[in-house]
Amino acid sequence: MLREITLGQYYPADSVIHKLDPRVKLVATLVYVVSLFLFKGVVGFAVITAFLVLAVKLSKVPFLYMIKGLKAIVILMILSALFNLVLTPGINPVFVLGPIKVYPEGVRMAVLMLIRLSYLIVGTSIMTLTTTPNQLTDGLETGLAPFSKIGVPVHAIAMMMSIALRFIPILIEETDLIMKAQMARGADFEKGNIIQKAKNMVPLLVPLFVSAFRRADDLAMAMEARCYTGGAGRTKMKPLRYGKADALAYIVLFAFLATVIVLRIFGY
Amino acid sequence: MSIILDHVNYTYSTGTAYEIQALKDINLTIEDGQFIGIIGHTGSGKSTLIQHLNGLIKATSGAIYYNGQDIYDEDYDLRTLRTKVGLVFQYPEHQLFETTIFDDVSFGPKNQGLSKEEAGLRAFEALSMVGLDENLYYQSPFELSGGQKRRVAIAGVIAMHPDVIILDEPTAGLDPKGRDEIFDLISKMHEEKNITVVLVSHSMEDVAKYVQRIIVMNDGEVMFDDTPDEVFKHYKELEQAGLAAPQVTYLMHELKEKGLDVDVNATTIDEAKRSILKALC
Ligand SMILES: Nc1ncnc2c1ncn2[C@@H]1O[C@H](COP(=O)(O)OP(=O)(O)O)[C@@H](O)[C@H]1O
Ligand SMILES: [Mg+2]
Repeated sequence: MLREITLGQYYPADSVIHKLDPRVKLVATLVYVVSLFLFKGVVGFAVITAFLVLAVKLSKVPFLYMIKGLKAIVILMILSALFNLVLTPGINPVFVLGPIKVYPEGVRMAVLMLIRLSYLIVGTSIMTLTTTPNQLTDGLETGLAPFSKIGVPVHAIAMMMSIALRFIPILIEETDLIMKAQMARGADFEKGNIIQKAKNMVPLLVPLFVSAFRRADDLAMAMEARCYTGGAGRTKMKPLRYGKADALAYIVLFAFLATVIVLRIFGY
Repeated sequence: MSIILDHVNYTYSTGTAYEIQALKDINLTIEDGQFIGIIGHTGSGKSTLIQHLNGLIKATSGAIYYNGQDIYDEDYDLRTLRTKVGLVFQYPEHQLFETTIFDDVSFGPKNQGLSKEEAGLRAFEALSMVGLDENLYYQSPFELSGGQKRRVAIAGVIAMHPDVIILDEPTAGLDPKGRDEIFDLISKMHEEKNITVVLVSHSMEDVAKYVQRIIVMNDGEVMFDDTPDEVFKHYKELEQAGLAAPQVTYLMHELKEKGLDVDVNATTIDEAKRSILKALC
């Protein structure tokens, strides 16, 4: 059980943010991302930083945990900063090396890019760290429900998502187990060239697929045995309901968005 | 010649919110030729413990010696260790992958670097040891029954000629007949080949019948480590650890309380029968 949730990245804690309705968190993430591309000047940036710091503090998730996500995209960040640095045209170059000219505008763009990307990762990870995958799909399903009127199979999509999310950690665990079992029989997953390595994967992949199909089969059977027929007429045991905290969160969000827009109009 | 565990600790997911210490200061010596049972409730650390014995998991702290050599030494060959200390995982049939049963059992010996002929011989020998019908050898392992699959998987480890064989709950999910077959196979292996056997189980009943020594795990610690008779004397404490002594133990204690002079240390039905008959006559 423990391992299942870890992989959804969820960090259990008892915080205001954890308890918010997942829909609020989805909207908040959207608003936050939009604001990152709206702000122009230092004041706008300060407002966004304040918002982010507030969210981080309220979530009670250690800050180190959040910036873990940054590690994965360090290379992407460096590359995009470099491109911005050398490719942005301007008038007075501050630095020239052969054909490469760096303008103040380029420096500005590169810095902006770095800020945007790192803020993006940290901000969105607050959502995934404080919401279990199941809450998230629940929030998506309820939030997107209106679209089912125009023929979007919202329930089916949400169901597939939650089943997939549920199975990823199980399959990872299974991979680990089969790998160990084959290593106990002397298998070596590291030695040899590419072809050899691919061949060495057979003892891992065959049992993995067999077990994935077996699990899928069992699940389908179990769902049918409980008369699952899809979304129509289906009710929830714990329907999502907005509370006072959610209303308050929406007000804060609205105020935040309004501030960012106003600041942008006046160019701060 | 033995396996020695010296102050072994193991923690899963170190440094995360899910950190859990699965083994706490384990000290054990497993001598050659012993038949040992490891018992404990689910989550007590049995599987984690046995995966240390062939180096699949590296202890967070502490040392393990196989035949006097430290297995965590830089130049210690773990792959050879794994063929010496054979480990049969729980539900081993889930690891079958070859197109024929024979090829699947040859997988281990081939990994040991044996020639095709030698590996084939080993497979043949192992398969007859587990008592699989010869007509089945060239069929797909996926068409067998649950009990047969499990015997094929066990043969896959036997074929490597290990000095020690460890089986993790080898009878989980089998019917009583399949269970007896597996247990008989294991004790036959111990007697005929004189190899060390470590049997993991959560059923006292099963273990009491076969083993010479029981290691009781409780929350990552060794709670008792003694002969079955001695361990079952603590049947009240065992209950608190979520385990039960064999039903025979309860029966004998009750009879004794009611005034019948029976041997309360009887653990198997046979012993109990003899003791009761003796007390009655
Ligand atoms: N791969 C793993 N990752 C994290 N925790 C694990 C893992 N495997 C086992 N555990 C935990 O370690 C403890 C001991 O588990 P295990 O050795 O499987 O016990 P047993 O085999 O006696 O049931 C349990 O609390 C279990 O949840
Ligand atoms: Mg286990």
